[in-house]
Amino acid sequence: MSEYAISCSGLSKFYGKTQALDNLNFSVKQGEIFGFIGPDGAGKTTLFRILTTLLLADSGNARVAGFDVVKDYKSLRKVLGYMPGKFSLYQDLTVEENLAFFAGIFKADIKENYYLIKDIYDQIAPFAGRRAGKLSGGMKQKLALSCALIHKPVVLVLDEPTTGVDAVSRREFWDMLIRLKKEGITIIVATPYMDEAILCDRVALIQHGKILVTDTPSVITGTYPWKLFRVRSDNTLNLISQLKKHPEIHSADMFGEYVHAGTEHGKLSAEEIRAFLEEAGTVTTEVSEIAAGIEDCFIDLMRKENE
Amino acid sequence: MKRFVIKEFLHIFRDVRSMVILFGMPLVQVLLFGYAITNEVKDVHVSVVDPSHDQVTTAIQQKLFASGYFLQGEVLYSQSEIEESFRKGRNKMVVVFDDNFAQKLERGEIPSIQLIADASDPNTANLLVNYANGIIAGYNQSLSVSTNGPVIVPEIRMMYNPALKGVFMFVPGIITILLMLVSAMMTSISIAREKELGTMEVLLVSPLKPLHIIAGKVMPYVLLSFINAISILILSHYVFGVPVNGSLALLLAESMLFIVLALSLGIFISTVSNNQQTAMMLSMFALMLPTILLSGFIFPVENMPVVLQWLSTIMPPRWFILIIKSIMLKGTGLAYFWKETLILIAMTLVFILASVKKFKIRLS
Repeated sequence: MSEYAISCSGLSKFYGKTQALDNLNFSVKQGEIFGFIGPDGAGKTTLFRILTTLLLADSGNARVAGFDVVKDYKSLRKVLGYMPGKFSLYQDLTVEENLAFFAGIFKADIKENYYLIKDIYDQIAPFAGRRAGKLSGGMKQKLALSCALIHKPVVLVLDEPTTGVDAVSRREFWDMLIRLKKEGITIIVATPYMDEAILCDRVALIQHGKILVTDTPSVITGTYPWKLFRVRSDNTLNLISQLKKHPEIHSADMFGEYVHAGTEHGKLSAEEIRAFLEEAGTVTTEVSEIAAGIEDCFIDLMRKENE
Repeated sequence: MKRFVIKEFLHIFRDVRSMVILFGMPLVQVLLFGYAITNEVKDVHVSVVDPSHDQVTTAIQQKLFASGYFLQGEVLYSQSEIEESFRKGRNKMVVVFDDNFAQKLERGEIPSIQLIADASDPNTANLLVNYANGIIAGYNQSLSVSTNGPVIVPEIRMMYNPALKGVFMFVPGIITILLMLVSAMMTSISIAREKELGTMEVLLVSPLKPLHIIAGKVMPYVLLSFINAISILILSHYVFGVPVNGSLALLLAESMLFIVLALSLGIFISTVSNNQQTAMMLSMFALMLPTILLSGFIFPVENMPVVLQWLSTIMPPRWFILIIKSIMLKGTGLAYFWKETLILIAMTLVFILASVKKFKIRLS
């Protein structure tokens, strides 16, 4: 097997006239956690379905775990672990029955591979007799991950595994992924959460079926081209429109209760922004320079792409 | 594979609706058809036009009205009154005797008896005429035996169902319909459900082959449908006294064949439908209605327009009904319906092949 667990070149996919994927090229190293970050409809699910042999690309090719996703789909399906975005276990079967079923169809021995799922399965084991449909969101996802792992896959494909899951469970879920990575399992994961992006070894920002950038989170944030200020006031919406009036500020985006404002380096200081806003009648409670996060980079790249 | 079958059983046993369809419906259907929806004839008003009024015509009338099927309606004196009495709905059938009936008989002539039925309800009319015909034929027979006179009326016998009991005719039809419904509809829905809930996506990304998935889906239903068939048979035998004149083993074997056929049809339907709704509609309209209407269950195939007769030849139930009627009522063996059996086997193979071929190894 090559150094890459996954490699794609020129992958394109159309649904009728809509282009879902536009000439994707990327590679994922073995044992890497590779994240796909992008809004809904960016093409993440389509890409994952192509990689898991569920869909055929219109052009380009892809290899996963050393197998061509079209020609060698049978061999590939034996070594893939896949968790679709939608909860896809049998709701009318119990936790135990679900696990036994998935072990059965992969001809895997639960005892033999239990060490892989032990950390998460132990948490849901008290509910082993409960129907999967009656589990909480977090437990459902842990069970789904257990079922996807029970045959010790070489490559694990997770499509938004933590959407709709509480913060604590998300954290536990990611701890688990990091442990799995140590077992040598290559993981690709789609997520809309930026805080999860920084836990990946590398991320690809994807929008409208195109990859905007692929790199480690630190490199991506390190190459953010602007100086960034975090501003806060009582009226966030008003604050954004005020900030946009300043000729040197080219972006003002809402981040929860803060607004991130970008300027060219060396043009403005925090004090100048505060003064500008006070003159316009907006009282700020905080103006401070910050380092860019993944989301800032993503918004910036999206904006450039759209222009 | 074993796991798959266990899983399917769990799905079925945990779903109340499935259980009701599987086990409640056959019971209700058999009882309904057996007791309520029969087209048996009982206490129907029949009038007589009898210009001869001699001992022969009186004897025939007595036989008719003693049968328990007919009640004496109003007395009519001429042909012209018949239509009016039909219009008023007083009669379902009128028996018109020739004049000088007994004399003609003695002279060796053949006097006529007309049976005029109100055919606005064709099925009943048909039955009434058949009943009356049977009774008159019976009288004729006794007449010719005692007098050695000429046999005047062609012999009509109600073969296989001498008492003309509706339930005898219905049971083979019900078994067919229920097996079709349970087998085809339940499997098609259960596969479509996997697609709808997204679990099919996970099954596809596994080493399971299409044949495995299909076989795993089918096996529980083979067993359950078979139990179903047996319970319908037991019910119809002990509650309605429907005979099994032929070999029981053969009957069960043919039922098994039909179950597998219906299941493969169900799978074929599921390969072309993406959700439970579509699967259900397809099973209902593509299977149930033709099964009921075109199989000869309710309307005899011989009475259909030629186009529909052709169409009915591709309906699996048509052949199966023939087979089980032969076994249950006529008591004949495989020699009499090996052709029908072969047709069913061929159909099964076609559907299984088509399903395995059509079964998508990817998402659309």
